[in-house]
Amino acid sequence: MAAAFGAVFMRDILQAWRRRSDWLNALVFFVIVTSLFPLGVGADPKLLKAMAPGVVWVAALLAAMLSLPRVFGSDHADGTLEQLALAPQPLPLLVLAKVSAHWLLSGLPLALVAPVLGLQFGLEGTAIALLFVALLLGTPCLSLIGAVAAALTLGARGAGVLVALLVLPLYIPVLIFGAGAVEAWEAGTAPGAYLSLLAAGFLLALALTPWATAAAVRVALE
Amino acid sequence: MAVAVAIIASKFIVPAPLSTAALLEVRDLACVRGGKPLFRALSFTVQEGELLWVEGRNGAGKTSLLRLVCGLAEPDGGEVRWRGAPARAQREGFLGELLYLGHLNALKDDLSVMENLRLAARLAGTDASRADVEAALAEAGIGALGARAVRTLSQGQRRRAALARLWLPGTRPLWILDEPFSALDAEAVQRLAACIAAHMHGGGVALLTTHQEVPLPGARVRRLALH
Repeated sequence: MAAAFGAVFMRDILQAWRRRSDWLNALVFFVIVTSLFPLGVGADPKLLKAMAPGVVWVAALLAAMLSLPRVFGSDHADGTLEQLALAPQPLPLLVLAKVSAHWLLSGLPLALVAPVLGLQFGLEGTAIALLFVALLLGTPCLSLIGAVAAALTLGARGAGVLVALLVLPLYIPVLIFGAGAVEAWEAGTAPGAYLSLLAAGFLLALALTPWATAAAVRVALE
Repeated sequence: MAVAVAIIASKFIVPAPLSTAALLEVRDLACVRGGKPLFRALSFTVQEGELLWVEGRNGAGKTSLLRLVCGLAEPDGGEVRWRGAPARAQREGFLGELLYLGHLNALKDDLSVMENLRLAARLAGTDASRADVEAALAEAGIGALGARAVRTLSQGQRRRAALARLWLPGTRPLWILDEPFSALDAEAVQRLAACIAAHMHGGGVALLTTHQEVPLPGARVRRLALH
């Protein structure tokens, strides 16, 4: 079982390594979008600091969403997805391997870059650390939830727009708690509750979404 | 008298010889596509060492039938049985013995042929070493292409690379091959035919669709015509 998980994970990582530009695009998009805000709203340090968590998180949602069609898209087109569904291992496990690879390629880089972007908005030490931790907890949720939408829209025309319509409303709780953690600290209250809720959301998504994604994949193959 | 009854009874209990046991059984299978029934009440059995050749014009439902048998699609009636039990009820065991090759090659463009096959083997639960894959590629007639990215291969070479899975170790008894001979040249067709015949000799079972007449020396072939 671990071997099959590893094989699916490795295949996605290897393939992404051969097509680095695809994955870098989402990261560059994230950096550019967040950098546009200071240019657009002016350089008022108080205003920038207040909107920093929200801006970073909204940009992270959009960047995570950009890479979603790739999770299953090429596998569906070249027949690899059929082979996944016919592997003797449980499909939710293999789906989880793909989602893990997606997070490592698209979610983790966002969390790693976010502290630098935080500096750009004038955030300080603890706030930056909180932003990082919140993204570390929140981006796996984005990958897990996003995979359901990606699987549901397989083979649909205009899948990109459909993914956005499906997934953005589902991302709202992650956005609220993620941005809320930093905002709470800036406002002088404890951010712990927000982080706990993010972690709870992550565990819930981890427990439920692989099954939903696997079911959606089966429907797409039929 | 009692002894005689016992002897008669024991005669009935004797299990059928393995060679005639139906490994795969399809009962009353029905398939509806786009509101139109492709086939209904389709029943057949395939025994050890037997090959079922599914024939029919384009759109007759050959691919649909193969996908139903391997479980990629849900039948609109009937069931598929493997080793005497419903395939759905023993998903893991059934899929562990199944090798399915569809129209699509299931190869990743950006990975090399070697990487593709080794990862496919690991996914299937067997471990294929470099040497195993090299041997399989040589059997498929593309021994020199192992390091090449799939993107750079021709259509026929890709098909051969996908078919190389048939020569990997840890072979499964049930092969379901959808148009395996498409895009292959005469030499590759011969290699594949020999491979399938060897699989049949080893007691395997195969379902395949093809529009080509391919001689399979020594294999027990049955035909199923879909209309």
